[in-house]
Amino acid sequence: MSQAPVLELRGIDKSFGPVQVLHDVAFSVYPGEVTALVGDNGAGKSTLVKCIGGIHPIDSGEYFFEGEKVHVSGPRDAAAMGVEIVYQDLALCDNLDIVQNMFLGRERRSGLVLDEATMEEMAAKTLSGLSVRTVKSLRQHVSSLSGGQRQTVAIAKAVLWNSKVVILDEPTAALGVAQTAQVLELVRRLADNGLAVVLISHNMNDVFAVSDRIAALYLGRMAAQVKTTEVTHSQIVELITAGRSGELGLPTGNGASA
Amino acid sequence: MTTTTGPVRTATAPPISSQVRDYFERVRGGDLGALPAVIGLVVLCVVFASLSPSFLSPINFANLFTQGAGVTVIAMGLVFVLLLGEIDLSAGFASGVCAAVMAVLLTNEGWPWYLSVLAAMLTGVVIGLALGSLVAKLGIPSFVVTLAAFLAFQGVALILLDEGTNISIRDETILAIANGNLSPLLGWLLAVIGVVVYAGLQLIQAHRRAARGLVADSLAVIAVRVGALAVLSGLAVYVLNLERSRNPAIISLTGVPIVVPLIVALLILWTFVLRRTAYGRHVYAVGGNAEAARRAGINVDRIRISAFVICSFMASIGGIVAASRANSVDPNTGGSTVLLFAVGAAVIGGTSLFGGKGRVLDAILGGAVVAVVINGMGLMGYSASVKYVVTGAVLLLSAGVDALSRKRASASGRR
Repeated sequence: MSQAPVLELRGIDKSFGPVQVLHDVAFSVYPGEVTALVGDNGAGKSTLVKCIGGIHPIDSGEYFFEGEKVHVSGPRDAAAMGVEIVYQDLALCDNLDIVQNMFLGRERRSGLVLDEATMEEMAAKTLSGLSVRTVKSLRQHVSSLSGGQRQTVAIAKAVLWNSKVVILDEPTAALGVAQTAQVLELVRRLADNGLAVVLISHNMNDVFAVSDRIAALYLGRMAAQVKTTEVTHSQIVELITAGRSGELGLPTGNGASA
Repeated sequence: MTTTTGPVRTATAPPISSQVRDYFERVRGGDLGALPAVIGLVVLCVVFASLSPSFLSPINFANLFTQGAGVTVIAMGLVFVLLLGEIDLSAGFASGVCAAVMAVLLTNEGWPWYLSVLAAMLTGVVIGLALGSLVAKLGIPSFVVTLAAFLAFQGVALILLDEGTNISIRDETILAIANGNLSPLLGWLLAVIGVVVYAGLQLIQAHRRAARGLVADSLAVIAVRVGALAVLSGLAVYVLNLERSRNPAIISLTGVPIVVPLIVALLILWTFVLRRTAYGRHVYAVGGNAEAARRAGINVDRIRISAFVICSFMASIGGIVAASRANSVDPNTGGSTVLLFAVGAAVIGGTSLFGGKGRVLDAILGGAVVAVVINGMGLMGYSASVKYVVTGAVLLLSAGVDALSRKRASASGRR
């Protein structure tokens, strides 16, 4: 597959005050594929994702989207390009219903008034397009949904906008076995529909179950980005914990002498 | 219920019995809504009516509206701030300052009434902008900002009123706000128009949704709603149109007090804003989960500031109504219990102190409860001390109901 990446980062640096979190990170995401982003706690996965989503401005480096260099200065820029992030804490409002949450911040209007009917139709279409059958009514409050249903709503919210890149931050972390399987199935379906999916996960079983590529971050550096079929479970674990595995990974540990 | 699956969704209106069942399920799950306020209102009215015969007289009924109007209007504004989980303790004295601005311009400077009212409203907007900016931009807790403003505005009112003089208001238009009545015919006309428009809107909405294959309210539910509105408004207009002058030969006193259509207009305006516009949706979102709102690209700071602006703007209208009712403005206008009654009204009506839940209608229901408590106890000859204690207890009770229902809701998975 020699497809061009839909989103590509080169040489990304990011510091918070004196702490440099990302060092010269390169990262590519391909359409129709699930790219797993793995790394230990504090490796910089969330920061990288927030830089992609425009929440954090990058200090230096290049951001390409569909081959063109772009400047993302806020969540709205990223959303306008078609990059959607589903956060670990889902960012749903418990006091709003499913439709209201899916359209939050991008409500359809006719004149001054909200166009509830159109929004409800679009939400229903999106959910049925994802073969979601678990929600009873689109007008129930999110607070009454189960964890898997909430995750489903959050993902549906992300794909509602004909988005091209969907980033999922630990979508299965808080779910039971059956719900995890449901969400992974949904993740796979997103990629099969032609979207580029980035899956952040700590769960190697999930990663190997659905991903096409794996990118491993180690202490703020991109240790390796490889095809899932070409690596083993233990190689990825080594990349995550040591930054290198055989010929893969960072040249000399953490920059110190070998 | 039909929903999301399959290309063909057969949307049938759920039968009324299932809607009633859903409602009871919601209440059991801790989503009480306005239920405590409505029950409280009925109980209070029955108690006072049985203890004091004059409670149900037409003149007292009209008094309830004019007595409660100022506090209710302020409470309607407070709903916006409470929806964000913030508080505005200065709304009472903000109303006093705005009323003082109006009185000074109107009586001392001889401005026409409309310019004075405009200036008072503008003062409210400026106050709200200042408070909201301090809360949203500097991040000072709203409790502290508005507590400071609560003190400062007392001083500002004193300065405006030359260290405490009482400025009387003689302008006919301003006085009419709280003291005038609609003609009986106009009262009926407005009530009928209101009911017909409400029914029409409900039917159109249901028809449109049904035409697009979405779940719509059934005709029976709409009929119940419209019927309830028709009965309540008809009854109110009928009673208010009865002769309530003590001496009808000298002066006749009939008709709906002008504050009633004023409050209804404000109710419609703000309910529209909260329920039908993107702005209102964003207010609920910020109150429910500010981080989620921020990530959805909503300008949270702007929503915060605007809520304080609306609150102080409504406080200015409340101040004008209070000044009209008292025929004057003094340094105590908007002081003492006004603010606590207003917060109480919003909370009693079912607005959550934790943010994210509440309606403008709640402020009116709660305002009615507060007005009935004060009025009824006054009729029974209780002193101010007892009234304070009882009102304080009612406020505490409603805040307790709010906290308990929230607990229950999170236990049953609805919040």
